[in-house]
Amino acid sequence: MMVRLRRAEHVMGTVVSFDVDAAFGTAVADAVRWLHWVDATFSTFRADSEVSRLSRGAVTADRCSAHVREVLAACSGLAAQTGGYFSATAGGSLDPSGYVKGWAIERAAAILTTAGSSSHCVNGGGDVRCTGASPRGDDWRIGVANPLDPGALALTVCGRDFAVATSGIAERGRHVLDPHTGRPPEGLLSVTVTGPDLGQADGYATAVFAMGYPRALGWSAEGYAASGITADGGTWRTEDFPAARYQNETIEPQLTRRGGRPIL
Amino acid sequence: MRRVILAVTGTIAGLLALLGFRSHVPSSGPAVAEGAAATPGPVTSQAALPAGARAVDGNVADTVYGPVQVQVVVLDEKITGVNILEQPSSTVHDLQLGQVAFPKLISETLAAQSAHVDAVSGASYTSAGYIKSLQSALDNGA
Repeated sequence: MMVRLRRAEHVMGTVVSFDVDAAFGTAVADAVRWLHWVDATFSTFRADSEVSRLSRGAVTADRCSAHVREVLAACSGLAAQTGGYFSATAGGSLDPSGYVKGWAIERAAAILTTAGSSSHCVNGGGDVRCTGASPRGDDWRIGVANPLDPGALALTVCGRDFAVATSGIAERGRHVLDPHTGRPPEGLLSVTVTGPDLGQADGYATAVFAMGYPRALGWSAEGYAASGITADGGTWRTEDFPAARYQNETIEPQLTRRGGRPIL
Repeated sequence: MRRVILAVTGTIAGLLALLGFRSHVPSSGPAVAEGAAATPGPVTSQAALPAGARAVDGNVADTVYGPVQVQVVVLDEKITGVNILEQPSSTVHDLQLGQVAFPKLISETLAAQSAHVDAVSGASYTSAGYIKSLQSALDNGA
């Protein structure tokens, strides 16, 4: 096994972790620069970011950078695909964060691929993109945090060349709003979406979480699959989770019940 | 499979150590139930098993607090769940053991296996939340 480079970069209000062959240090530096540019351009916490200026009408969309226009178009597409449960204006003002982080990590992983890396994993604060096989030569193993016990895992998904995005209340409370009511959705602790593209997976995870339970059970999108943990500790997943095309193995949720209450 | 048996044994040994095991040699080996099959037997409360999973019952252990029996759910040679089939529940002390000690031990059994992952997906953590995360342990070479 080659020497691995592991780097954790504080950016975009979270930490982005890289796991890549140590030969690609320069590409990691490029990817980190890209992420800081995304932060400066899309942050809703920086008054001078392009998105903040767009939000208060100081600039129009057609005068924004190509990347901003690309993100706005993708957000519109996600809103149409999810019956409005994904919304870049769920809180009343422009906030494309539900898509931007996954999109930015997807592109950071692509920077490493372009540089020649064929095996890497980039984790943007819980949104994960795996490329190729693991450094062991087998499937990447991605744990999904148990929202009832953040130090433990609820399930593990395995595969190659796939994305895993999770939306939930475990880390930042009830910050995801149902765009149709303006209130936090009910009935779910977390939703995990797997699929080929992390930007889409991130947007879908936000949307399915915003649907709440049991509406989330009716969601589907070609190539993507979802699994969720309900407020009472139960679990559900779409039939194709994990989609066999990019995942070969799954371990069932570890939450077991006895006598009607979660045992963990 | 040997690893699983060892883990099961370890879990039961841990429970017994916790309860103050009083010497008792069970007469039969562990019972094994195949996933989703109807299994007539001593198991009284049984959650539906995932496809391909097996439930392995530990032996009933007679402790100073009463009989104890645990069951582990095994999938792909990994423990994916632990159930308590029988536990003491009569005195205040026993109640404490049942509600606190058992779930804690079960959590530790499962968490010990959590190390075999490359990354962790979860609700987006803050920079401060990252410090406590399993991902930060992985980044540090855990």
